[in-house]
Amino acid sequence: MQVFNFTQPLNFMRYKWVAIILSAILVLGSFVSIATKGINWGLDFTGGTVIEVGFAKPADLPAVRQTLTDVGYGDAVVQLFGTSRDVLIRIPLRTDVDQSTLGDSVIKALNSMQADAVTMRRIEFVGPSVGEELKQDGGLAMLVALIGILLYVSMRFEWRLSIGAVLSLFHDVIITMGLFSILQLEFDLTVLAAILALIGYSINDTIVVFDRIRESFRKLRDTSVSETINDAITSTLNRTVITSLTTVLVLVVLFYMGGALIHGFATALLFGIVIGTYSSIYVASAIAETLGISREDMLPPPPVEKEGENTDALM
Amino acid sequence: MLNQNPVWRYFLVVGILLLAFVYALPNLYPEDPALNISATRGGTVAEDVRSELEQAFAAAGIAAKSVELENGQVLARFNSTEEQLQAREIATQLLGSGYINALNLAPATPDWLNSIGASPMKLGLDLRGGVHFLMAVDMKAALDKNLNDMAQTFRLDLQAEKIRYRSTKVDLDRGQVQLTLRNVEDVALAEAALKKRDRELVFAPGNDELTVFVTISEIRLKEIREYALEQNITIIRNRVNEIGVAEPLVQRQGSDRIVVQLPGVQDTAQAKEILGATASLEFRLVDEDGDIGAALDGRVPPGAELYYTRDGRPVLLEKRVMLTGEHITGASSAYDEYSRPQVSIKLDAKGGSLLSTATKDAIGRRMASVFIEYKPGTEIAADGTPVLIKQQEVINDATIQARLGRDFRITGISSPGEAQNLATLLRAGALIAPIQIIEERTIGPSLGKENIELGVKAIQWGMVAVLIFMVIYYKAFGMIANIALVANLVLIVGVMSMIPGATLTLPGMAGIVLTVGMAVDANVLIFERIREEMTEGRSVQQAIHHGYDRAFATIADSNITTLLVALILFGVGTGPIKGFAVTLAIGILTSIFTAVVGTRLLVNLFWGGRRVQSLPI
Repeated sequence: MQVFNFTQPLNFMRYKWVAIILSAILVLGSFVSIATKGINWGLDFTGGTVIEVGFAKPADLPAVRQTLTDVGYGDAVVQLFGTSRDVLIRIPLRTDVDQSTLGDSVIKALNSMQADAVTMRRIEFVGPSVGEELKQDGGLAMLVALIGILLYVSMRFEWRLSIGAVLSLFHDVIITMGLFSILQLEFDLTVLAAILALIGYSINDTIVVFDRIRESFRKLRDTSVSETINDAITSTLNRTVITSLTTVLVLVVLFYMGGALIHGFATALLFGIVIGTYSSIYVASAIAETLGISREDMLPPPPVEKEGENTDALM
Repeated sequence: MLNQNPVWRYFLVVGILLLAFVYALPNLYPEDPALNISATRGGTVAEDVRSELEQAFAAAGIAAKSVELENGQVLARFNSTEEQLQAREIATQLLGSGYINALNLAPATPDWLNSIGASPMKLGLDLRGGVHFLMAVDMKAALDKNLNDMAQTFRLDLQAEKIRYRSTKVDLDRGQVQLTLRNVEDVALAEAALKKRDRELVFAPGNDELTVFVTISEIRLKEIREYALEQNITIIRNRVNEIGVAEPLVQRQGSDRIVVQLPGVQDTAQAKEILGATASLEFRLVDEDGDIGAALDGRVPPGAELYYTRDGRPVLLEKRVMLTGEHITGASSAYDEYSRPQVSIKLDAKGGSLLSTATKDAIGRRMASVFIEYKPGTEIAADGTPVLIKQQEVINDATIQARLGRDFRITGISSPGEAQNLATLLRAGALIAPIQIIEERTIGPSLGKENIELGVKAIQWGMVAVLIFMVIYYKAFGMIANIALVANLVLIVGVMSMIPGATLTLPGMAGIVLTVGMAVDANVLIFERIREEMTEGRSVQQAIHHGYDRAFATIADSNITTLLVALILFGVGTGPIKGFAVTLAIGILTSIFTAVVGTRLLVNLFWGGRRVQSLPI
């Protein structure tokens, strides 16, 4: 069984400008949305208190809100979390109350409001400085990762491919963050982890295509640059699609069965992998071609057929 | 002939998998509700206490699975949490305050696995429930205190050198002392005199020729910060032991943070109370004329108070406090010239003069150090938190040999361990930098359990989906990739269990699920390559050989890049990001091993070196 069985390479590079313009629009749109609507940062980044309580019966949200207002937390956001019996209460950072006792006092108030005691499932308090640092740490981690990839790929391959790879990673990250901004989905720590995982996944995908581009350049002598890239992308297309498919399969399972805490993670990765697959096929190679990559850049110091032979002992 | 396995390759692959399997095994055993009983202050529990407990449990009708003495602690396992709670009541009543009873979930790892050091994966708090605190040490307070002391010291030192000064002003915001002298000649003199006493002082010319700005060197600043952090960590470690938690974690993070994790603790109010409780220290003279016997009968002489030492010996102390712990700026254990253990104590300027005055007429008398601590008792206050009880004990008493000043030492300590302990307590009573909780996460036990179940379910179904897909798509070769995938999972779990620092968290589990999805990638690359080689007209054996060879270069390149990302995340990230990076890196390495080395072994075994016309791929 095979998804694609092409006898001729598909002409991907013919539409490279369409792809580049589409990507540019998506990236720009994401930037605009992030700048205007902003990102719905979760507790991990903004600081504040989140309290998750379990009710014995389906929860009466207006009553919960009323109770909270009565004890002075009128600014609390109350919503269901996962099931109708789980309630999530968010209270923004305040200077007038002792944050460290806030969780306990809220639970006490909820317990006095009804006969059945609520169960404390989770109380999280994050101070203002911690969130700011996490943003910086996460941003720094991404930046260093991108620079590391830039250096490694230009060392192992070629600088044009390296720029293509890093730009396509940047593209994936920005568009995924753009989605979270447009839909105003909560951006918490698990989403940050997902984006970092996405960088790992997407670079993997891109390198596989690059590896094939290099190989095709060495193998095909009398073809143009765009034909060579087309050949490489076409011959890795099966692998690209199958791998994305198995990963998406697993993520769909995670989305539906992983519970409410993992939802953001699964959403970010599902979307990111679709974008990442597209960008490794198109964006990375199209940028490298536009930058003017040529066969001479890819010719190896050692002869072509020797590749892989020294790896024999490993297997 | 192509594609044949040398015998050693079987040994290698089977050996590694077997090893990983054995180390992954402990994760399959359930956990017993258990009670962990240890003696306070790092003492050990004796065998007769163990047997006493065992009898008490039996008498109350609790069938303990086992009651064992391990590393100076008693570990009692039970069949249910009800029995566990009941047993704690009994143990608390039986043993009293000298022991700490901690509820625990003890892994029921069989002895033969224990003996080879195999243990289950460590679970993060989001999976097992508990409290996580992140605390920041208030370095400003430590530095401010130091600056105030500095100014005070200057005054004393200049007086001693007979240099007249107009004022010493402390500027907390700039972190400097502004010293103004009376005439220009004295400026250089004062600088020289102060520099002689403390080499780490840095002088800068002030606004006019009579003033100098004095700061302390970067090295000293760093020392002060380090000291404040270390001091807090030591104190928190001691306190955490009082809470009675099994496997607590107290760890420094960065330059001024402390992470405290208390698995299983639900009552954060109590935990915070204990962590935040203050300890203090007092130095008092021993009342040697008083009648201890009479005092024990309730007739304490006027002007004296009855105290007890740590080993229960009664001591009569004068009511007057010579010095309190806030004046201590440092205490460390060391050896004297005859290599006997001793504790050196440093005081701030005010403390030095106070003690100097107090000991002037007391040479030859004994001075006792009293450690005062607040611990939660059994009584519960109206707001539901336990009432704190003041506990005082005499941690040391020594004869005053000479008039004491800012630097003095306590000698005649029986062992180096005791000296170290005393120094720790002295420092604990002198907390110079307060701490503040800046992050707190409490995960209820039900949520932790749910998270594990959800994670395991997601991994299971994710696996099943991928397994089915691979068999449909690649037939027999898909089956081989599936075997590799299962082996990969065993390897990940085995490696995670083996590495002491690796902790499984919810994002980590998501990482494993992701690895399952991505791990087939290497096999997809190889199989697609083999198909390609065959369409290009190579023989079956050539196709297998070249397929693996060519694909390996790609697999290596792409995975090294991903590994690079994981390493960077580990290096730059903190906490949860680090944990995720560890899982990712382990997943990459194990998946290369199973997908490349493992499947090649099987492919060679079934099809390699034979006359086959086509492959079931």
